[in-house]
Amino acid sequence: MSPSPYLRAVDRDGKTELAAAGSWTASHATELERVIDAVDGDAAVAKAAAINMRGIEAFDTYGAWLLERLIRSHEARGQILPIVGLAERYQGLLEEVRHVNREATDAKADANFVVLTLETVGRGVENLGRDLVMFVNMLGSLCFAAMAMVLKPRSFRLMSAVHHLDRVAWQAVPIILLITFLIGGIIAQQGFFHFRKFGADDYVVDMVGILILRELGVLIVAIMVAGRSGSSYTAEIGSMKMREEIDALRTMGLDPVSILLLPRVVALVIALPLLTFLGSMAALYGGGLVAWLYGGMNPEIFIARLKEAISLTHFKVGLIKAPFMALAIGVVACSEGLKVRGSSESLGLQTTASVVKSIFLVIVLDGLFAIFFASIGM
Amino acid sequence: MNTLNEAPAIRVRDLVVGFGDRVVLDHLALNVRRGEILGFVGGSGSGKSVLLRTIIGLLPKRQGTIEVLGVDLGPANDEAWRALERRWGVLFQHGALFSSLTALQNVQVPMREHLVLSERLMREVALAKLEMVGLNARDGDKLPSELSGGMTKRVALARALALDPELVFLDEPTSGLDPIAAGDFDELIRTLQQTLGLTVFMVTHDLESLNTVCDRIAALADGKVIAIGSISEMRRSPHPWMKAYFQGKRGRKLSPGLSAMES
Ligand SMILES: Nc1ncnc2c1ncn2[C@@H]1O[C@H](COP(=O)(O)OP(=O)(O)OP(=O)(O)O)[C@@H](O)[C@H]1O
Ligand SMILES: [Mg+2]
Repeated sequence: MSPSPYLRAVDRDGKTELAAAGSWTASHATELERVIDAVDGDAAVAKAAAINMRGIEAFDTYGAWLLERLIRSHEARGQILPIVGLAERYQGLLEEVRHVNREATDAKADANFVVLTLETVGRGVENLGRDLVMFVNMLGSLCFAAMAMVLKPRSFRLMSAVHHLDRVAWQAVPIILLITFLIGGIIAQQGFFHFRKFGADDYVVDMVGILILRELGVLIVAIMVAGRSGSSYTAEIGSMKMREEIDALRTMGLDPVSILLLPRVVALVIALPLLTFLGSMAALYGGGLVAWLYGGMNPEIFIARLKEAISLTHFKVGLIKAPFMALAIGVVACSEGLKVRGSSESLGLQTTASVVKSIFLVIVLDGLFAIFFASIGM
Repeated sequence: MNTLNEAPAIRVRDLVVGFGDRVVLDHLALNVRRGEILGFVGGSGSGKSVLLRTIIGLLPKRQGTIEVLGVDLGPANDEAWRALERRWGVLFQHGALFSSLTALQNVQVPMREHLVLSERLMREVALAKLEMVGLNARDGDKLPSELSGGMTKRVALARALALDPELVFLDEPTSGLDPIAAGDFDELIRTLQQTLGLTVFMVTHDLESLNTVCDRIAALADGKVIAIGSISEMRRSPHPWMKAYFQGKRGRKLSPGLSAMES
């Protein structure tokens, strides 16, 4: 192993001199820093006339910088510390570090806690405003692209839309069916368990039917789609943004909105009502099955009750909401994707933001629709 | 420098590397001496990056032995690898900076991993490295996406040099730099080589740096090192590819003195 570095004051011709020895390298940097700091604080040593580097065995940037640091702190006190005996081949390295770190750039000082909190809140509000603008902007450019598509249908990327439809609709069918089936069953089970206490078994069917067709079917499917497809849209668009693929498209005179975004959003808008329909059916099936196995209600009776309890209106209410929710998910996914900056971290951040925001929006939309349908009596 | 009694910095024997049924390196042999700057040339797609990646253990080899700094990489265990990784630095062709860390933090990554340093010293040395490669302190806080192509190269070089390694692998370090910056870069490599006894394995297409800083040049073609030696030896090589490379329009233009001397 190479010997540890040291630095010591010695007497030479009546003058104090600092004698250096050992290896002044990266692997001994911590020891060396300690040695140098100790010397630097020592008043007697501070009067040293020179620093003698003859004894050192190895020297690298770390050693050179620490030596330079010692010399600078002497300079700051108005003293000059000449270096003697440094081997020829190390001179160049020392010369390199001479110019370095001249600008004062302290690590950022920690701000006051109150200021920090205020800053966070302020930035949050600002971002909220910007998000809103971006959302409207994205909606506008999508509508514009859609208009162009209507005027010139041949410009629409049909293949791309079909490809995305396959991904977001067809490939999602199994998982959507499974989840909604389970949810339908759970609701029915809970209904029977609690309604039975006051002998209202029959009303379980009303609850299951109305709840699923009006609210839960579409809500669960929309949330699933936001998590499953919205996130992948954001990640895809984001990584294209990261590698400047989107800029490349623009420079070739191609519009990223109509090429990349519109087919994706169109696919979502078509997919969500279909999935909602399938999901609602699976949930009703699950509810019926539980009613039979757990509640002891004959399937025929369940179906008869269901016919009485629900009407086409309930079914429509659920389906009408679906395309709007799809649009919200698509717009959020695209605008979050375009917000990705260069780093992989921002890709992850925007993908998370995309899912959180689109689920939030889906629920807000659902609330607005509830008010709307209530006031028009649907 | 005591190059005579030490093992060569890199010693490759009989190396075969391929993908599927395409053999890229075919029984290749190469010696890099301690303390030299070896320029490595070869056509685009000839396998220079593949050789570099194989030597540093990123690609599997089919056959052959590789020794780096006297350590045989074949039987080396994890600990030996770690010790070795501490002693070399790598500059990848496309920079390969960590995109979520600032330039300064990128340089600090190897320091944090391999050394125990105080925060202050780490910051100062990292800034020093950045300035040595020609960046200023303000660039240290930029993220890789905010750097220009040449700046990315410089940060990557600073990171490769972070631990003051004994051996650095540079994959096209000066591509994307302006000629002045490329010249400064060559000078920096020279200084470091002289002061630290650095060995440099440099893949480059820059005839200027081949001319000015490289002690020796090796040429790769058909999966083999077809020639190795000083630039004037390269010029005399009868191999057709070498002729085209060093005596083509660009090759001749750079050092009229040398060509004139030879003719
Ligand atoms: N991971 C890989 N899988 C398959 N083939 C590969 C892989 N990496 C490299 N190759 C092939 O190996 C060959 C050599 O590639 P390499 O990157 O080493 O070229 P190079 O000499 O560095 O060229 P350049 O000067 O353009 O960087 C190429 O034909 C390339 O297609
Ligand atoms: Mg390459």
